[in-house]
Amino acid sequence: MRKETILNACVLLGLLAVPLWALSVDEPFIITLATKAVIFAIAGVGLNFALGLGGLVSLGHAAFFGIGGYTMGILASHAQNYAPLMEWPLVIEGTKSMPVIWLFAVLFSSLAALVIGALSLRTSGVYFIMITLAFGQMLFFFMISWPAYGGEDGLVIYVRNGFPGLNTLDPIQFFGICFAILCIVLFLVSRMARSSFGLALSGARQNEERMQAVGMVPYRLYLIAFTISGAITGLSGALFADLNRFVSPTMFSWQTSGEIMIFIILGGTGRLFGPVVGAAVFILLEHMLGGLSEFWHVYLGAILLGVVLFARGGLIHLVAGREVAHD
Amino acid sequence: MSLVLLIEQVLNGLQFGVMLFLMAAGLTLIFGVMGLINLAHGSFYMIGAFAAAATAAATGSFLLALAASLVAAAVAGAIVEMTVIRRLYNRDHLDQVLATFALILIFSEGTRWLFGSFPLFLDIPDYLAGPISLPFGIQYPQYRLAIIAVGLVVAGGLFALIAKTRIGIQIRAGESDREMIAALGVDISNLYTFVFALGAALAGIAGALIGAIQSVQVGMGEPVLILAFVVIVIGGIGSIKGALLGALLVGLTDTLAGFLLPNAFGLVMDPAAASAVGSSLASMSIYVLMAGVLLFRPTGLFGSS
Amino acid sequence: MKLKFLALVTALTSVASLAQADVKVGMITTLSGGGAGLGIDVRDGFMLAIKQSGRDDIEVVIEDDQRKPDIAVQLADRMIQSEKVDVLTGIIWSNLAMAVVPSALAQGKFYLSPNAGPSQLAGKGCHKNYFNVAWQNDNLHEAGGAHANSTGYNNTFVLAPNYPAGKDALTGFKRVYEGGLSGELYTKLGQKDYASEIAQIRASGADSVYFFLPGGMGISFLKQYADSGLELPLVGPAFSFDQGILQAVGDAALGVANTSQWSKDTANPTNEAFVASFQAEYGRLPSLYASQGFDTANLLISAAGSADVADGDAFQAALKAADFASTRGDFAFAGNNHPIQDIYVREVIKEGDIYTNKIVSTALEDHSNAYVSDCSM
Repeated sequence: MRKETILNACVLLGLLAVPLWALSVDEPFIITLATKAVIFAIAGVGLNFALGLGGLVSLGHAAFFGIGGYTMGILASHAQNYAPLMEWPLVIEGTKSMPVIWLFAVLFSSLAALVIGALSLRTSGVYFIMITLAFGQMLFFFMISWPAYGGEDGLVIYVRNGFPGLNTLDPIQFFGICFAILCIVLFLVSRMARSSFGLALSGARQNEERMQAVGMVPYRLYLIAFTISGAITGLSGALFADLNRFVSPTMFSWQTSGEIMIFIILGGTGRLFGPVVGAAVFILLEHMLGGLSEFWHVYLGAILLGVVLFARGGLIHLVAGREVAHD
Repeated sequence: MSLVLLIEQVLNGLQFGVMLFLMAAGLTLIFGVMGLINLAHGSFYMIGAFAAAATAAATGSFLLALAASLVAAAVAGAIVEMTVIRRLYNRDHLDQVLATFALILIFSEGTRWLFGSFPLFLDIPDYLAGPISLPFGIQYPQYRLAIIAVGLVVAGGLFALIAKTRIGIQIRAGESDREMIAALGVDISNLYTFVFALGAALAGIAGALIGAIQSVQVGMGEPVLILAFVVIVIGGIGSIKGALLGALLVGLTDTLAGFLLPNAFGLVMDPAAASAVGSSLASMSIYVLMAGVLLFRPTGLFGSS
Repeated sequence: MKLKFLALVTALTSVASLAQADVKVGMITTLSGGGAGLGIDVRDGFMLAIKQSGRDDIEVVIEDDQRKPDIAVQLADRMIQSEKVDVLTGIIWSNLAMAVVPSALAQGKFYLSPNAGPSQLAGKGCHKNYFNVAWQNDNLHEAGGAHANSTGYNNTFVLAPNYPAGKDALTGFKRVYEGGLSGELYTKLGQKDYASEIAQIRASGADSVYFFLPGGMGISFLKQYADSGLELPLVGPAFSFDQGILQAVGDAALGVANTSQWSKDTANPTNEAFVASFQAEYGRLPSLYASQGFDTANLLISAAGSADVADGDAFQAALKAADFASTRGDFAFAGNNHPIQDIYVREVIKEGDIYTNKIVSTALEDHSNAYVSDCSM
């Protein structure tokens, strides 16, 4: 086995072991932190599909994260107030069922990604970074001033949504759900990366002309990748909303987009487990540095800077060495 | 809605645009010459404002405060360039985004550590305080007219610097062919430090000028940074001319949309609702403008593809 | 995140600690980033009261929410799940309070609000274990309306940021104000340039301006308004005139009327002692946020002295009695556990080099809030 494969397995086991240990010593907050890391990891895996595989640097993925979150918030708030979303022409009720919410979160965020991607992919390079940022900001300002669903106050969901057969209020069971989703997403993404689509996408990133020469349309490849990427990030947004039982426009802010990107770079761009490592380390840093001083952002900044300057290729690169291929 | 009010709003939009240009000029120069995305550019804006406030408090002189903002931002820019930024020129945009994002964290919390959590005081000098009467009975603050003037002078100076001087030739050469300029014996790393410090100084003086009419506080740079990015993307990254046009477009769009949209909705709704809906749409207007421009010109108005 | 302040151990074995169980308090407030000034004041006021009480049975755990609702929610989870606190307090912003408070109450905790008072928690969402020690969000704006009435303004221009608290503010003002409006504007949240709004005020023919623009927005507005040459009287709530930001506004704020439930010169012995001891302890004048933190802690101390926090009903009744000396003078809770108090009109003055406020009149006496009848508990 390659070093990186072993490392990946260790990361997953570690992510699983920490909350189990926390359960045994009755520290439920650590389970919550681990759940947050897993959810952020899913968001990062989503962005990494566009960024690592397709080379699409999107600074607007908070848009999909937020759409996923608000899908949960809006559906669940209608359900908790017993007010249908729509009464005409057909009655649509809200729902408190996680699987249904996930389905809609994926649906809406992929639709949004399709539209935003279709427009943004007309540009490239820095312009692409900035136009995705612009779309994210548009949605951010819209959500702040749109009064129907709480505006800046956001929406509070009093009880976590349900999953058949499980008690989602129990931190460890909710962690289990999120962890399972992360594993499924990782599996699907690695399959897609090795499929002919994934290989073509990688090819387009490395050499667009060659792909055109063999009859591929890079725009279409990029758009599919961007849509899938948005859908995964949207799903993580719905989970994040359920973790907090709360959604607010901060989910749409450009700092959120920046944080998702940090997970990837911290862990290692283009590596399957890059965002997983990055998210876990980021949460760990945030938790530990916060206790050091009121001015802990200074330390966080210094560490991030150190990683970029001296640990090229991210933390996985430090441990596992040079990237062989995306697997 | 009278014509006078509309003219006043156009002046406001112009003033906002000129200020944005000071921010955007540095950003676009740095990108054009070194190919670097600098998210920390807003921090120089903040450093300029804090240096000005501290100097004004110590000396009572506004001109000294402005000078201090230029010097502080330029020095901070030069130090950051030599210690950090220099290592990022050959990296991809992703690394640059993360590294300069990290710099924002360090600068913001560092400033709070030095100056405390409360906003600082910086005021307009007496000789520029109060309004002035313009034709058509318009009362307009002198200080804002002064900002427009200073901005236009700086813009003119920048164009002259780039078109006429030796260093301007080097900058233009650096934009088009980096290997060539090094081969010509120009010390490229000095040139880069100069350009970076120049950009930082422009942001610093913008921060000081605006700090006098707004609040000098930690985090003041980020909203302006995002707007400055919108400006240079609309104008075409690397183009000073584009930055000027983009800045004026964004300034006018933001101001006029904020003014006209609520009024337009007021024709069909009650005033409270119209103001709420109108200002919601107005806050999205510049991003709509930017997306629109990029759809028709994917490299901005003056960008080269 | 483990800034733990353990209350000082008293040498005396006082009557107060007579077999009472310890009270553990979780304070979630904003200590870093742009809005840190408010949270620091609340924390300092709160800890001053704890220190002065000399009680060793009240433990306070303090955490920084960075003004992010999701962080606040996670901190609340942690305090409830891991730290096992009995009482939560500290939140500054309404949107964070709405994210944290309902679920904390549902888990059987007490919440004492030192600042935010969203209408949802005063009306239908009121709760017997939720006590607001500051004000209901509309209160200071209602006082602004009352002040406008008594001064005889009848063509006021009103403006506030376009977010829920901004809309509540203008609703509160209009609830009491009897004159006409010459204009009503909602500005972008976080906006720093008000040239456009000031031009519209000038053109509107207003006889006065009521504005709600907290923090940096207010600083910017006041400076630009003073420079515009407009002479119309300004009225606003205390949030743009607190001790922390007045120094940044400077002369532009001089003489401006603002409404507040507290002032440095509120005449009562508790307040005089508070102002002096706060200045001695921290080397700066207290703000209204500090006074709210101080009162919140004293309410808690009074309840902990007469009831056991493990006995929910008794502790609730002890809190409701509000048997403590407030820096505001008379203080009682209305039916929905929000304050009944006087609200004053203050004016900004300069004392030596320091800008501060002095009370000029009382806008509303023993003022409660508009949501009492919506609350059934």
